[in-house]
Formats: sequence, C-alpha cells, structure tokens
Amino acid sequence: MCLAIPSKVVELHEDGTATVDTMGVKRKVSLELMQEEVSPGDYVLIHVGFVIQKLDEEEALKSLELFEELVQEMEEEEEFYENLGQFNRFEEGVSGLLEDKESR
Amino acid sequence: MRKEFRDSSKIRSLVKAIEREAKDLSTPIHIMEFCGGHTHSIMKFGIDQLLEGIVRFVHGPGCPVCVMPMSRIDLALEIASKEDTILCSYGDLLRVPGSKRKSLLNLRADGADVRMVYSCLDTIKIARETPDREVVFFAIGFETTTPQTAVLIKKAKELGLKNLSVVCNHVITPAAIQHILNAPEIREIGKVRIDAFIGPGHVSVIIGTKPYHYFAEEFQKPVVISGFEPVDVLQSVLMIVRQLKDRRAVVENQYGRFVSYEGNLKAQKLVAQVFELRKSFEWRGLGEIPYSALKINSRYEDYDAEKRFEVSLPQPKEHPACICGKVIRGVALPTDCKLFGTVCTPSNPLGSCMVSSEGACAAYFKYKKDLVHA
Ligand code: SF4
Repeated sequence: MCLAIPSKVVELHEDGTATVDTMGVKRKVSLELMQEEVSPGDYVLIHVGFVIQKLDEEEALKSLELFEELVQEMEEEEEFYENLGQFNRFEEGVSGLLEDKESR
Repeated sequence: MRKEFRDSSKIRSLVKAIEREAKDLSTPIHIMEFCGGHTHSIMKFGIDQLLEGIVRFVHGPGCPVCVMPMSRIDLALEIASKEDTILCSYGDLLRVPGSKRKSLLNLRADGADVRMVYSCLDTIKIARETPDREVVFFAIGFETTTPQTAVLIKKAKELGLKNLSVVCNHVITPAAIQHILNAPEIREIGKVRIDAFIGPGHVSVIIGTKPYHYFAEEFQKPVVISGFEPVDVLQSVLMIVRQLKDRRAVVENQYGRFVSYEGNLKAQKLVAQVFELRKSFEWRGLGEIPYSALKINSRYEDYDAEKRFEVSLPQPKEHPACICGKVIRGVALPTDCKLFGTVCTPSNPLGSCMVSSEGACAAYFKYKKDLVHA
C-alpha cells in the first residue's frame, strides 16, 4: 500500500513550488511535473517532493479519513511510525512528517 | 467516518463474488502483482489467506531497490568512497549490502559522505554549498521517480553546475513485464504460471494505462491497474476473474480515481527530453533485459556520472545462499530461503529483498513471521 497521502495546496510560490499541508505538516514541493493549473485548496498526490497528480476533492477526503484512522489505530502502538516508513520507501517527506509528529 | 476501502462486509462480499465467479476456472488462478506496494498490501491484510485455494499471488519484481543488480550497488559504493565526493540517494538503497557485504550506510559510518535525500532537487543545494566537491545523485526507481530526475538534470544544466552529476538507474515497467512473459526459462521451468497481472498504481499515474494494452492483447493476459487498499486489490482480482471466465484479456483500470489512459504527459515529455533507452540493463534476478532502463542522452551527457567517473569493477559477488534472484522471478518464496528470518532479517539484511519494505522477503518477515524456520 503506497500510502499516497493526499496533501492540500496552501500557497503557490513564484519559483514553481508550492507549500502543501500533509495532515497538518507543511512542506514545500515542486510543481514542475504538473501541466494542469494547481490552485490553493486543491488536493494533490506527491512523490519524492513533486506533485504528480491532482486529486478529486471527494476522493482525497475519503483517503485522508482512512489515513487518519490508521494514525489513530496505530499511534499508541508506535508501529505506526515504522509502518509509515515502510510503506513510503520513497516518501522520505513522510519521515520528515513523522519527525515533526514525534517531536510534538 | 467512511471506511469503505476497508469495510469488512464489503470485503466479505467481494471474496464471495470472487469464489463464485472462479468456480468453473482451474484454480488457483496465478496472478502476478507487479508492484511491491501490492505485495505489501496483500501480506498486511492477509488477502492471500482470504483467497487461499482460489488465487495464488506470484510476487513480481516491482521494487526498485530489489531489482538493482549488485554491480550497481558496488558502483555506488565505489563512487561514494572517492575523495571529495558526496553521494546522495533515496532511503532504502543506502542499506543494501554490496559484494563485500558493506552498504552505503556502513561506508558512511567509516567516514564517507553519503546523504539521504527526500527530493532529488536537494542535491542542487548540496552542490552549491560545496563547490569544491563532486556531488553525485544515484538515481533509482521506476517511472514514478524518473521525471523528477529529469527535472534535476535540466536544472543543473540551466544553472551551469559543474560539480553535480547523476548515475541513472531508472528502469521501465512495461519492459520488465514483457520480459517476464517472454522469458523461456520462466515458462519452461514451469514453476511460474501467470494467468493475469495486477498492474502498478502509481507508475501508471505517470505512464497511463496505454502501455499495457500491448501485453494484454499479445500475450492474452488480463491486466488490471489497481489501488492499494484491500478493497481495491479484491476488486481488481474480481475484475481479473471475470475476464478469465469470459475469456477476455484486456486492460482494465480499477484505480481510475488516480490513473488515466494517457498518464502525466508533461512528465513523459520531460523524461523524453533528458533520457534515452539503454540497449540493455541488468536486473537482479531477471538478468539482462533489452531496452529496460534509461540513460542520460548526449545533450545532457556532462551530467552523466558514469561518463564523469571511470569506474571498472570486479564481477560482483552475491551471498551464496541468498535466493533473491529466484524470489524476484517468482520461482521461489522467501520462506524457501534457508537464511530467511534467522540469519537474514530487516535489521540485518543479506539480500535486497529484505532491505526494501516493498521486497517480498521483508513483507513476509513482517507479516508471516510464524513461517520462519525453527
Ligand atoms: S531471506 Fe534474505 S538471504 Fe534469503 S532470499 Fe530473502 S533477502 Fe536473500
């Protein structure tokens, strides 16, 4: 299960990057692989620091809810962190996300 | 909350439907899931057990770390041990042992400058901060990571960076599938029967469903592009079973919420601008596969680390007991390996399939520990 966590676009920048929010964690990603216009509020799929696909809002919310559930289910078990790393072999961004979560 | 991707009643009814539709077929139906993400999901949710006797999942080679031949790992190690060089790559690769049983992480512990990057564009920053050192990005991955490397190389050229280069190891999914279907040794050994494919989800976000039509038609095997949730996988299996029952072999897209027919055209165009096909590339376990990987084309050759660094290496040496090659080909299960779970574990991996979480050995270790040899 490649956890493709949908991220919400928060802000666009001049240099072809955007700030996105992935479950409360903000990071900067590149928009250079996107043909379509991306606007703040859009949900997108990110892979190794690049937006690769725009998502339908309803679908995005569906998978976000699922993902949040997973977090709740597993948070105490700590297994969550391990799992996340596992599922996202390339999504080191998520490990960034986890570090943030751990330090909170 | 909507749990529809994991809803147990939905799962149960899907399993029932698969059972019913498969009744007149010769079972177990052999389905190869190409992508390691699917392998992981199938093990995690016990889908293989749910469908026991009806479907046998043949684990495919869709894990970029697992298919990297030892010679390329040795190459990374060799470059990383050069003076004044910084080697950067994505996470798991750093843990794969090379011929001398040392990984890039071991090398780093010995003082080499090896860095894990999240985005390949991070290497630009590193190169600018260290103008007196060579920064090498060891690029790995299937089509989901290739366009990003193309962006990196184009930017490096635009910026005129002199100390940044890339070792391109990007591999191509359709070529591997075709090779598997063509390989006489796979057919003749007779151990691997493949009736249909579950196609990769995120690779297909980039390449679209278009490239798969050829196999479906040419080899008369159904291909269903699938998502990664249990309901996604089961739905895909059901679609496959229905095709087999109706004697159809077409491409269907279960992951329509992310995947289109054409894919991401901009990404495809960037890849075409920077890379060209390699005549042949070695895959661990599968051997040399024609036109199955990319290299940097002549317009960007100044950024090709393989041209910049002359490296000649002795023949790589695999661990004699590791059967990763067979696992990747689908002719052996991880549990057939004598070292599985005892000598070889995720914290002390001997082969690449145990390193990456998408590797079959790692997935079996995590979810099927009870099968570890006593
Ligand atoms: S268990 Fe370890 S040694 Fe055995 S095939 Fe898998 S990776 Fe290789």
